[in-house]
Amino acid sequence: MNTYPMRSLSKFALVLLLLAAVGCHKNKPPVVRPTPPPPPPTASTSGERPPAPPEPVREPTVVPPEPVAEDKIASASLDDLNRNSPLKPVFFSLDSYDLTAENQRTLDEDAAVLKKYPTWTVTIEGHCDERGTAEYNLALGERRAVAARAYLVSLGIPADRLRTVSYGKEFPFDPGHDEAAWAKNRRAHFVVTAK
Amino acid sequence: MTKTILGTFLGALTLVAWTAAQQPPSPPPQQPSEIETRISGDGGLPPRLAVPDAVAITKDGESVAIAKTVAQVLRDDLEFEREFAFIPRDVMATVPAATGFSDVPFDRWRELNADGVIVATVEKQAGGVRVQVRLFNVRSRGVAFQKEYTSANARLIAHTISDEIHKSQRALDGVARSKITFSSDRDGERMVGTVEKREVKEIYIADYDGENQKRVTVGKTLNITPRWSPDSRSIAYTSYRRGEPQIFVSHIYEGTLDEVTRGPGSGQNWLPAWSPDGQRICFSSTRGGGPAQLYVANRDGSGLRRLTNDRWVNTTPTWSPSGNQIAFVSDRTGNPQIYVINADGAGGAQRISTSESYADKPSWSPPPFNEIAYTGRTGPGNDIKIIDMATRVVRQITFGEGTNESPSWAANGRHFAFMSTRSGKEQIFTVDRLGKGLKQITKTGNNQQPDWSR
Repeated sequence: MNTYPMRSLSKFALVLLLLAAVGCHKNKPPVVRPTPPPPPPTASTSGERPPAPPEPVREPTVVPPEPVAEDKIASASLDDLNRNSPLKPVFFSLDSYDLTAENQRTLDEDAAVLKKYPTWTVTIEGHCDERGTAEYNLALGERRAVAARAYLVSLGIPADRLRTVSYGKEFPFDPGHDEAAWAKNRRAHFVVTAK
Repeated sequence: MTKTILGTFLGALTLVAWTAAQQPPSPPPQQPSEIETRISGDGGLPPRLAVPDAVAITKDGESVAIAKTVAQVLRDDLEFEREFAFIPRDVMATVPAATGFSDVPFDRWRELNADGVIVATVEKQAGGVRVQVRLFNVRSRGVAFQKEYTSANARLIAHTISDEIHKSQRALDGVARSKITFSSDRDGERMVGTVEKREVKEIYIADYDGENQKRVTVGKTLNITPRWSPDSRSIAYTSYRRGEPQIFVSHIYEGTLDEVTRGPGSGQNWLPAWSPDGQRICFSSTRGGGPAQLYVANRDGSGLRRLTNDRWVNTTPTWSPSGNQIAFVSDRTGNPQIYVINADGAGGAQRISTSESYADKPSWSPPPFNEIAYTGRTGPGNDIKIIDMATRVVRQITFGEGTNESPSWAANGRHFAFMSTRSGKEQIFTVDRLGKGLKQITKTGNNQQPDWSR
């Protein structure tokens, strides 16, 4: 068998691979969606702008800053929301996935936010610093995400609103190579995926 | 045999053996009185070879360039296995070049204490070049090896010559035609769907010497932990293209893709490892609800079976060469350590790494060495260590030059590839099993988690 044409064939194969990958792209978005169907659409549309009717008071009365901020959160796009997230990450010590008292306080606040916006579904990302190995960090990151998730569930947040994904050490928040950077990179991080 | 088929497919190489046979185990019986099977060095020393530049029969610039490439790559390939000693280049330059096989200056090579000389001729042909090669015994002037090759790929011709000379002269399976796959962020493409700047990683392949680097995934997402199938035609890897990490298999020469894990309830899945027969894939999955556990499935994802079932992380599997056992990593003592279980999951796990505070990424060596290379934490960073399974003696290969991770053996067990930050970013290196002959094979972007093909 003369195999010289294989070279062009392998190019052809590459194109095929490309096509295959593009074909697979249709449900590509890395944003995680819940397996069971999300809360019924009626609930979500009605929950989106809760206090609409009682609003049209035109008097310039004293408006406390808080409700304004809440409106911004409720109306923000997912990207804007995640860029300045009301859900705070929790940070871990080296090799650990234990929740400290401080972590629990942070998660208490996160739980309050999630209760306030009951239609939000959230992905909890587990991240690690670069000192652990790439392979084990995949499992460690998952342990961190699961620890945060379990605590939120214990506070009454429905489990099906909270998905977990581990990125190991693949996506450091701080690319530095010192303790300050590592401390930022050992985290469970919240991403709102639907509201 | 697999190698021959592989080489043929990989690089469009036509091997025209002197005889019609594909790869005859014995040299062709031309001029039988002059054929010698092997060249030896004095007193058991490695044979000393001269590998002068190949002779361009056609004198055009391309042929001359190919002649240079063939000899250079062949020298590098032969030096890689350390089975021969070599006449240095500058010394070779003092010897008048031959114009073919009939005027080899044997007397001069003899003066330089060469035991053998490899003479190659390059002739341009439609669609490539024809290379003829002979290995002469300098003392007897007999031919120890001869063959003819045609291809458009000069490097592949040289790799093939090297593998065949190692086989015929040293009974050694060389790895010059093998490839290394790895994950790289070099494209600088941004993940979509996140507000942070996150760069995608794609799966790449390269020749064992780092040449011909090619991207094989276009997922535009995180694609990591690639592993060659034993027939070197497919790559299993972890991809986040569905959001959660799943195991995919790319059949890179067919352009098809299998999803080994998929669908609701499949959890997160990482770190595929092929069984030695290429029929099954062991991987780590959170589908059971708890920490990641080991599962085995057929290569298409069917026949899923759970191997471990406890409340600890069980991850990073590697099969023993026999396929009877699997080494993996568990954090049941608090930190990751290496254990071995039977491949059917029966019986308990036996701890292998006893002198480490943290050990990951076992890679079980092919025969004849029964060793496991792994990553051990040694300080702020990690180093590569190797444990001899018979004696449990550990030898350390790297010593804090940056951090060092993810060893993966070459098919002959004489070398391994690993990731190191010693030159700045994460790069892929190869080194021999004793830590000599370090070679950096990637330079662009960050490159991680190498896996060396059979």
